[in-house]
Amino acid sequence: MRYIPNSPEEIAEMLEIVGLKSAEELFRSIPKDVQLRRALNVTEPLSEPEVISVMEGLAAKNTAAQKTSFLGAGVYSHYSPTVVDYLIQRSEFFTSYTPYQPEVTQGTLQYIFEFQTLVSQLTGMEVANASMYDGSTSMAEAFLMAARVTRRSKVLVAETVHPEYIAVAKTYVTHSDIPMETLSFDAETGRVLDLDKLDDQTAAIVVQSPNFFGCVEDLEAVAEKAHAVGALLIVVVTEAISFGLLKTPGECGADIVVGEGQSWGVPMSFGGPHVGIFATKDKYVRNMPGRLAGIAYDKNGNRGFVLTLATREQHIRREKATSNICTNQGLIALAATIYLETMGKKGLQEVAEQNIQKAIYAKKEIAKLEGFSIPFSTPTFNEFVVKCPKNAEETLAKLLKENGIIGGLALSKYYQSRENEILVCVTETNTKAQIDSLVEGLKSL
Amino acid sequence: MSNIQENLRYSKDHEWVSVEGDVATVGITDYAQEALGDVVYVELPKSGDTFAAHEAVGSVESVKAVSEIFTPIGGEVVEVNDAINDAPESVNNDCYGAGWMIKVKMNNPGETDAMLSGVEYEEYLSANA
Repeated sequence: MRYIPNSPEEIAEMLEIVGLKSAEELFRSIPKDVQLRRALNVTEPLSEPEVISVMEGLAAKNTAAQKTSFLGAGVYSHYSPTVVDYLIQRSEFFTSYTPYQPEVTQGTLQYIFEFQTLVSQLTGMEVANASMYDGSTSMAEAFLMAARVTRRSKVLVAETVHPEYIAVAKTYVTHSDIPMETLSFDAETGRVLDLDKLDDQTAAIVVQSPNFFGCVEDLEAVAEKAHAVGALLIVVVTEAISFGLLKTPGECGADIVVGEGQSWGVPMSFGGPHVGIFATKDKYVRNMPGRLAGIAYDKNGNRGFVLTLATREQHIRREKATSNICTNQGLIALAATIYLETMGKKGLQEVAEQNIQKAIYAKKEIAKLEGFSIPFSTPTFNEFVVKCPKNAEETLAKLLKENGIIGGLALSKYYQSRENEILVCVTETNTKAQIDSLVEGLKSL
Repeated sequence: MSNIQENLRYSKDHEWVSVEGDVATVGITDYAQEALGDVVYVELPKSGDTFAAHEAVGSVESVKAVSEIFTPIGGEVVEVNDAINDAPESVNNDCYGAGWMIKVKMNNPGETDAMLSGVEYEEYLSANA
């Protein structure tokens, strides 16, 4: 909403027209005893340099942003080329809302189409939607979709799916009549266990890869077991840079791929706004939630973009819609699109390579330290669990206080019994010197 | 004026039924296909699924809307018209023939007696449509 200033003359003119003596009279229907009879507690007006100075002071309080960090666990520090932020701030993109009159917003539909194409290619799936709110809601929508497709209700979720994603899914299924069971993990490999819980009542099995411990799951094996009983395999990906290196979930037999696209050039922003990705097989497209842009040609053969299969959506299908999501995370999806198109195939592969090489280096160096070990044997991408000689929370607190390093996440936050373990994340933004200082810091504790 | 065939039974939800023994063939009426417009997709149940009378068994999607298909009679689906997956336009072109949807082995063949005859359906349409 715009601020419209009024001069005293204009105010007097308007009051005269409506027949009032003062602006206060406009509020005479509000009882006097509930009226605020004092000035608002806000500072005096500031000049522009003063405003900038105040803002800089506030920004300087955010010391965490300046510290060396090895914290991942669902939100990742990656370098975003300047062009991403520059282009998304063009007013055509920055100020527009979801295309309610799609035909006149060809530019918006084109980037949505490009986003869908990129997600399809990277996940190895046939169709992807225009995006969801974030990774967790994307996963919960996949549960509902799997139940529609299979006409079954039970969903099996690996305990190594991001615990906050599971919490969001619980909120969804509580009111959807979908029983959700968790599957434990192998203490040695960190991979999902209990696949024998799959039965002919199971709508879907949900596995994250790389999982919350950073371990890459054996998706093919899970897919085979799921398909043998007619259940769908839902693959969750929280670290979207991993698509640059790992075999696609589609090739491994996934039926639905969901995840978080924040790693594609989107700032961490204290946890959001981010962008959910959602991809599936063509044969399930009518059960997919969310918007879908397509290419069409007019009668003169000119290419254009349209919203398609909109009959799945709630503005047409009401309570029978595939989802209540009727919009998408437009601006963030645009940032992801520009990031991926700037990096290109080779660029994304190179970033992914840097992540895994740096993480492997850190993992090897930490494993050499007296009293430290790597509890899970499975190959990892850019995150791995470290077992410390002492309590993880205390170790991290000391590391922060004495070395100014954010060392990672104490696993006990989500897995109570794992109180000596830290989830460490190393991305391309961490230098070798930073990794060495982390290792030194851990050593000296 | 809608095409209404006298040898069929009709529901107020605009489905038609033709009975052979204890098996009923179900489709949507000419009035329904006309109201929906160009049909682009029909979602049907699987053979072996069972439904009670008046339950939704699938949906018809046209360029402007999606409507549920209700089975006027209860029973087990014994055959599904897979051909309309590839040719959904047959629902528009030949709703009483190639555009049929499912065949149901009826639990209670008497249920069709409660349905409308062609004349009654025509009266129903002129009173309500």
